[in-house]
Amino acid sequence: MSKNLVYIEHAHGKVQKASQVALAAANKVGGDTAALVLGQGVDEIAAQAAKLGVSKVIVVDDARLENYLADIHAKAVAQVAKAEGAENVVAGATAIGKDMFPRVAHALEAGMASEISDVNDDGSLVRPTYAGNAMATVTVETAVKVITVRGTAFEAVEPGGSDAPVEKAELAADVASKMRFVEFAETKSDRPQLTEAAIVVSGGRGLKSGENFTEVLEPLVDAMGAAMGASRAAVDAGFVPNDLQVGQTGKVVAPQLYVAVGISGAIQHLAGMKDSKVIVAINKDPDAPIFSITDYGLVADLFKAVPEMTDEVKKLKAG
Amino acid sequence: MKILVPIKRVPDPQTNIVVKPDGTGIVEDNVKFVINPFCEIALEEALRIKEAQGEGEVVLVSVGSTNSTEQLRTGLAMGADRAILVITDGMLDPARAAEVLEKLVEQESPELVILGKQSIDDDANQTGQLLAAALDWPQATFASKVEIAGQDVTVIREVDGGLETVAFSLPGIITSDLRLNEPRYASLPGIMKARKKELKEIPLADLGVSADPKVKQLKVEPPSKRESGKTVETVQELVELLHSEAKLI
Ligand SMILES: Cc1cc2nc3c(=O)[nH]c(=O)nc-3n(C[C@H](O)[C@H](O)[C@H](O)COP(=O)(O)OP(=O)(O)OC[C@H]3O[C@@H](n4cnc5c(N)ncnc54)[C@H](O)[C@@H]3O)c2cc1C
Ligand SMILES: Nc1ncnc2c1ncn2[C@@H]1O[C@H](COP(=O)(O)O)[C@@H](O)[C@H]1O
Repeated sequence: MSKNLVYIEHAHGKVQKASQVALAAANKVGGDTAALVLGQGVDEIAAQAAKLGVSKVIVVDDARLENYLADIHAKAVAQVAKAEGAENVVAGATAIGKDMFPRVAHALEAGMASEISDVNDDGSLVRPTYAGNAMATVTVETAVKVITVRGTAFEAVEPGGSDAPVEKAELAADVASKMRFVEFAETKSDRPQLTEAAIVVSGGRGLKSGENFTEVLEPLVDAMGAAMGASRAAVDAGFVPNDLQVGQTGKVVAPQLYVAVGISGAIQHLAGMKDSKVIVAINKDPDAPIFSITDYGLVADLFKAVPEMTDEVKKLKAG
Repeated sequence: MKILVPIKRVPDPQTNIVVKPDGTGIVEDNVKFVINPFCEIALEEALRIKEAQGEGEVVLVSVGSTNSTEQLRTGLAMGADRAILVITDGMLDPARAAEVLEKLVEQESPELVILGKQSIDDDANQTGQLLAAALDWPQATFASKVEIAGQDVTVIREVDGGLETVAFSLPGIITSDLRLNEPRYASLPGIMKARKKELKEIPLADLGVSADPKVKQLKVEPPSKRESGKTVETVQELVELLHSEAKLI
């Protein structure tokens, strides 16, 4: 029976959905799965993790882990993984998972499969390559396997059932970071998180300016109770913050409904949203590649169609 | 300051990727190859640091077949000082590529290594972090701004939910995100000069690094195809369908 260790990422006092998805992937691998929580003052997180169907929760509560820093966090994960004899060490493919887990792999002399999208019955793993244009089946050849998991690929494990036991572990005394956390400039928003929302409305270069994002797109986003996303072109042009970028090199989303407004549909953008359940596009160019993957396509000028759609949605909701 | 910049040869991001029917890889005939876009950004950053400091050396490394000479020459034409090609038969996985880079860091003793955050072929996003771990160096991945003052490096990173700033003292590793800079084009005089710059070839065996992958690729397949559906004529029709048929609003 394999032993799995899943790193539990948290922000604002909450376990991140990406970690619940990573747990689901570990469950599909099978065997015994423990959760690992790192940080300072993380009892509450440990309590949340204990409800996620794991055999136990291991907590390393240490002032040196107050802020996320790749080197010391990776050492903490590797230390616990070794002590536990974990064979599969798993995390969500978030900014932190991507940043830290190769270092974990190195410390465990393990091979690492990045951002897997499936686990086959024979234990081999599936991962998208070439912006999702080639799905690779891979096996990690080392005794210990390090895996990060695509946030859209598995059904997140939801809390429930009995509480797993919580154990404390100590970070080795001589471990220190060579990095210094300076600050985190958070993008504040009252909207749902892009990677967790049921509906995502994204804007592209067709919006033409940041003001148009605010005045034209955001009313629709809010009328639909959606998260807002963007294409790289919109982010590069400074219309919206970086962390809204959807795509090969941005966020991967798969909501129930994805609405692409003024986005052409380059392969790098499709890589981040083509697994959405229902895809809608509004674009004035009937030949835009985005229409090759839409369920409902509307060829129209967005400056006319989006305000109309906002009104229609509001009317519908007002009942 | 001496800066090492690993660059990888990859298919042009504009090309249409087609999986070979036998599942062994992608069709490479008639595919244009370029420097991985993130590596180009890494190189641009290294050149700017050298220019700002008015001294130093930018050394390119590629691990791959002799075809990668083309991308190294392009990098030299952009302004790198010299290049090293570590010759392999097939492509190495990130774990082995990082081992090669570790050996070269031992030989070259750079103070900084700037890599791309991700190769757009394997989409692994591992090599820089693996190298940093192997050297026990600090790292700043997904960089969108780099500031260097003496030995102190401050980097703004693109992370989930915002921008994070981290700092460390040299030596260290940086990986570039898309918005770090706009890479320059190679100029004609640059291309002329590049021909005379040193391009050293080292067979993989000379470095004592194994070519056996730690992650083995069994096969590749095309992704499942998504059918496109209706075109709707009006906004009313669209909202009505989303409401009654898809039941999403
Ligand atoms: C290495 C690399 C990584 C990349 N990663 C990503 C990524 O992660 N995510 C990503 O999105 N891109 C990524 N890209 C960029 C990608 O290739 C495209 O350039 C980008 O997605 C284009 O954005 P866009 O569709 O907003 O702009 P455009 O391609 O310019 O399209 C704008 C669209 O708006 C439409 N339009 C204009 N005006 C109107 C109007 N009034 N009404 C209706 N429609 C209108 C036009 O018809 C057009 O289709 C990457 C590229 C590279 C090289
Ligand atoms: N074979 C290689 N040769 C040179 N550099 C490489 C190679 N593989 C990876 N790199 C570097 O590591 C970065 C990340 O690659 P990857 O981990 O494959 O996503 C790339 O942008 C390059 O800077």
